Amino acid sequence: MSEPRRDVPAAGGSTPAATGAAPSGFTRSEMMIVAAARELAGQRVCFVGVGLPNIAVNLARLTVAPELELVYESGAFGAKPARLPLSIGDPTIVTGATAAVSMFELFSFYLQGGLVDVGFLGAAQIDRFGNINSTVIGDYEHPKTRLPGSGGACEIAINARQVFVIMRQSKRSFVDRIDFRTSPGNLGGAESAARTRREEGWLGSGPSVVVTDLGIYHFDEAGEMRLDSIHPGATLEQIRDTMGWQPKVADPLPTTPEPSAEELRLIREELDPDGAYTK
Amino acid sequence: MGKVASMRDAVAALVHDGDVVAIEGFTHLICFAAGHEIIRQRKRDLALARLTPDLIYDQMVAAGTARKLVFSWLGNPGVGGLHAIRRRVEDADPAPLELEEYSHFGMVGRYTAGASNLPFFPLRSYFETDLPKVNPLIRPVRSPFGDETVYAVPPLKPDVTVVHAQRADANGNTQMWGLLGCQKEAAFAAERVIVVVETLVDEAVIRADPNRTVIPGLIVDAVVVEPWGAHPSYVQGAYDRDNRFYRDWEAISRDAASTAAWLDEWVYGVGGRAEYMEKLGTERAAELRPSGSAPSGSVDYGLYE
Repeated sequence: MSEPRRDVPAAGGSTPAATGAAPSGFTRSEMMIVAAARELAGQRVCFVGVGLPNIAVNLARLTVAPELELVYESGAFGAKPARLPLSIGDPTIVTGATAAVSMFELFSFYLQGGLVDVGFLGAAQIDRFGNINSTVIGDYEHPKTRLPGSGGACEIAINARQVFVIMRQSKRSFVDRIDFRTSPGNLGGAESAARTRREEGWLGSGPSVVVTDLGIYHFDEAGEMRLDSIHPGATLEQIRDTMGWQPKVADPLPTTPEPSAEELRLIREELDPDGAYTK
Repeated sequence: MGKVASMRDAVAALVHDGDVVAIEGFTHLICFAAGHEIIRQRKRDLALARLTPDLIYDQMVAAGTARKLVFSWLGNPGVGGLHAIRRRVEDADPAPLELEEYSHFGMVGRYTAGASNLPFFPLRSYFETDLPKVNPLIRPVRSPFGDETVYAVPPLKPDVTVVHAQRADANGNTQMWGLLGCQKEAAFAAERVIVVVETLVDEAVIRADPNRTVIPGLIVDAVVVEPWGAHPSYVQGAYDRDNRFYRDWEAISRDAASTAAWLDEWVYGVGGRAEYMEKLGTERAAELRPSGSAPSGSVDYGLYE
């Protein structure tokens, strides 16, 4: 795990022009992963989704949340992966884990039984209320792009006590209206969502944070995303240019603290030496 | 030799055109060897069920074995998309592919209902999502004991389920460890079961550790001994996922011609798994061995005579 890193960023260098350059020393993706990991401080049991959540949660385990129990939908509870798992199924999440259980047990007893504090998901599209699409772009019957679909995301969004989302933001991903609702968030607003959750017996209280490559959003009393922190180097103009609605913005708006040397070392040397997640 | 059969004979006898086939295994223990044999025998009109179709169903769909997919997550895990399937779905190229889509828990529940001979499986999922709108088999059901409404999914009873495992005896008593996915449920739900193992062991090995038996020989029709039968997926303790191949597939499968060429070379062009592994080479195989050993502690069941 000491391979040299291939994609060392440079200010104004290889970073796509659309999102601008991060300050020298780290990439936007690294900032996103670090910010997402920090949000997990104090959490106990986290259900790890496929993709970016995988690296963010593993970084959290090595930094702000050493007590975090990692739950993988593939059936590992209390995973202690010795390398970054290639996906949500990997032999390294079993060796040394607290338990390896069937998926029936995992979904029935652990998730539906109410033991998961945070469900950590990625998404292809999200709207202002945190409703998520990971199924199709375009019409379901004749999709423009067929995406993977729910996997466990649908039941995680409903049964995890709260939901964290990590995704890159763009006009295509932060949309006014999602093409398909795979995983429910705050539906049409906080009030109706709370009523629906109560009436339908959901365990979860829905999305609580969305971390992107440009900033950190929490959900306000209306159940709508509010920009609560902007990453170093990002501008409000960039934020507005990469989403399909006018975002609410905290006032004053703090800047996300930069990644520490140790956080960057962990990502580059231990978790993602090939740059699979941080390109 | 009990139920021990060659892969060729097992597939010829137990997999029929039009069948609902489940080659299960959640990232782990995916029996590519069986999928490839089904392709070689040119089975047709299969309904392929799996939570994660993975590369194996992308290959089987590309080879024209399937009319339908029953699934919950359609991707190349950690890499990207499944392009042969996407061509069928997005462009009907070369023909449309029927999709029946659930969530993971929904699929697990379907096998569970199938295995336990129940008319449905209830779960707290699908609320306020679009999934029930596109799949009329996901239906709300009122609790007989109160006002609560949950969702129900129907039983899934495959005509044949294929399970890959570390070891079994000649009667099909099967033990596995690592991620167990929903192979037990899928096997008990099925009409016929093919077990494919890395190692055939004596019955005494099974009886020495009964807690590790996931599938009893009682429901097994054939035992195929096929070392490396799960490559490029992995077998806990035996070999790692060949991630290089998962990445290569992203490029191979983007183009129908290169996909067909790959099938010609690696599936139609070999007689079976042994020849496939010979072609892959011992060096590549050696790279996939675990970096070290992590044996379980052993437990004492005690003698009670």
